[in-house]
Amino acid sequence: MDTLITHSSILIIAIPLVTAFLIPLVGMTSKKARNALVIVSLAFVAFLVFALAKDIAINGIHIYTLGATSPDLTTPTGFMAPVRIILEVDGMSILMGIIWSIVSLAAAIFSFSHIASETGQNRFYTLLLLMVTGGFGMMFTGDLFNLFVFLEIASISGAALIAFRTKFADTQEGGFKYIVVSAIASLMVLFAIGLLYAQYNSLNIGALAQVIQYTTPDKIALALLLIAFTMKAGMVPLHLWFPDAYSVAPASITGMLVITSHACMYAAFRVCFTLYGGMLGTSVVGWILIIFGLLSMFVGVTMAVFQKDVMRFMSYHAISQLGYMWVGVGVGLAVLGNPALLATYGRDAISGGIFHILNHAMYKPLLFFTGGALFYCTGTRDLTKMGGLAHKMKWTTILYIIGTLSISGIPPLNGFSSKILIYESVYQFHPILTITGIIVSILTLASFTKAFHSAFMGAELPEYKEVKEVPRSMIIAMVILAAGIIFITLFPALIVNWIINPAADALINQGAYINAVTGATP
Amino acid sequence: MLSKIVRTVANQLILFILIFGLYVIAHGHITPGGGFQGGAIIVSGVIMLLVAFSSKELKKSLRERVLSIMESTGALIFAALAFAGIGTVFFYNFLVGTPIFGRIPVPGPGPGDIWTGGVIPLMNFAVGLKVIAGLSAVVLAIALFSSGEEVEE
Repeated sequence: MDTLITHSSILIIAIPLVTAFLIPLVGMTSKKARNALVIVSLAFVAFLVFALAKDIAINGIHIYTLGATSPDLTTPTGFMAPVRIILEVDGMSILMGIIWSIVSLAAAIFSFSHIASETGQNRFYTLLLLMVTGGFGMMFTGDLFNLFVFLEIASISGAALIAFRTKFADTQEGGFKYIVVSAIASLMVLFAIGLLYAQYNSLNIGALAQVIQYTTPDKIALALLLIAFTMKAGMVPLHLWFPDAYSVAPASITGMLVITSHACMYAAFRVCFTLYGGMLGTSVVGWILIIFGLLSMFVGVTMAVFQKDVMRFMSYHAISQLGYMWVGVGVGLAVLGNPALLATYGRDAISGGIFHILNHAMYKPLLFFTGGALFYCTGTRDLTKMGGLAHKMKWTTILYIIGTLSISGIPPLNGFSSKILIYESVYQFHPILTITGIIVSILTLASFTKAFHSAFMGAELPEYKEVKEVPRSMIIAMVILAAGIIFITLFPALIVNWIINPAADALINQGAYINAVTGATP
Repeated sequence: MLSKIVRTVANQLILFILIFGLYVIAHGHITPGGGFQGGAIIVSGVIMLLVAFSSKELKKSLRERVLSIMESTGALIFAALAFAGIGTVFFYNFLVGTPIFGRIPVPGPGPGDIWTGGVIPLMNFAVGLKVIAGLSAVVLAIALFSSGEEVEE
């Protein structure tokens, strides 16, 4: 078991990768064996993630050096700086890992029935597992160049998966937009990495953070990195591709794409807090995140109110919800240089933002899955053509209600716990942030109620007489996420103390991240 | 399909392209190049055959199923070599010091010793296999698509 945990961080990345290339071979012989392989590998990865999370809670930051004679030998003998590929998993990374392992498992289970009528399913699961690899790599790497590589893996497989259902015309458009945006973003990341590497001769985030000077090229690099990651995460002025790509993908993939957006958001936080850290204290960067976060919240929800396409409607809500996290963490970044304010409300704001990532990662894929279930049964995404489906689809209706109540922040549910944490902490920074947040929350509830009414309520429509409840595997996938929501609802304090606060501290405590790389004794 | 002269020349030239590609793959660890570059050179030979003989002809000898197996095998060999070092650390170069590619190179300028590098040359071969299969499949699929043929599932 100890050996397994020592190697767990690389196994979490390597197992989906190996499985991805086993699938074409296994899939040639049997479909059932292939599906079993997908489930077993993703379940084992989830097990490893939880084992690693427990280890990190006890022993602190987990370091893994690839190719060295010992996993914690970060600096080879004779070298001054780390040169090898290093994985560095701290509280924040493992929180993202937990989210990704749960959602990818649910998405794989959901896919079994959802894409059952499509051709080329072996390729679908290969791409899905490559996307899982890319996501885990982005979350766990301690090296800027690897961040770029894994960003590329996740983007390219994501684009192929968006365009997977080739029988619909709009999927090609969505996939094309996604690949163009991803290509621009990853080239900007690569250029920024080049600027940093040219000056400091290092690619390791910890080693760079130790020597970074905040010169003019560093500022350019920061701007490029932030623009690239916020564009990939769908922040407002750069969000136009977001609904186009997310609404056309198979619903299971849309659920996973939400988490790749979170992974890009994580990368932006990592750059701001860990790479530049104290140098950004009281500077303009925090304000930029807050202002564009507010814009995302407001523009996202106002655009969502009048959407008729159920997936498009939920995509705009995803933009709006991502705004809450930008605002929460942005407030923390704005007061990072002021220890007194950081202790009063800055840390709580960061915790709130991060907690909202966890909650959003549970309810938004659930809502996308219910949207996919509606599309699966009715063959249309148009809300005006649906109606009375609650008579036929009882499970989907209940799960949709759970998701709706959660996203609107109705008190007992988990969306409320993170929103109240954000509201109370950012109020002390500026009251307008909280006021906007509450207005956006009300609009969210209003629009989701409207969508609920037009899809599920009312009398049975004659054209949906034959509609049945969705297949069992789709319900199981949705129930997994709903169980996550209910668990967080029941034990918010437990989650905040054990997962969220360590993650927030990991972001704030730049020194620990640097020490883990440069100060480690072989 | 192009003229008989082009087809004959292409038939002769493919041998040299294959040899050069294999050379670049095999010397990847001591000269510029490696698995990807050598694989791409070999696929440029495949493209030459595609131009000379048309995609319909080439489809008979390059089966999608075979290419798919080759590609997965290449990736799996690469991952297996990485996993083989996990007794120490993932990607640990466990062949250094052994008779297979195990010599330690002498520092400084020299003609280069091919019998060095440990698992790196083997990984180059694995990557080469994957690139040959993957890029050939891509090129073939594009050619078949643009000529209106159905790509087999």
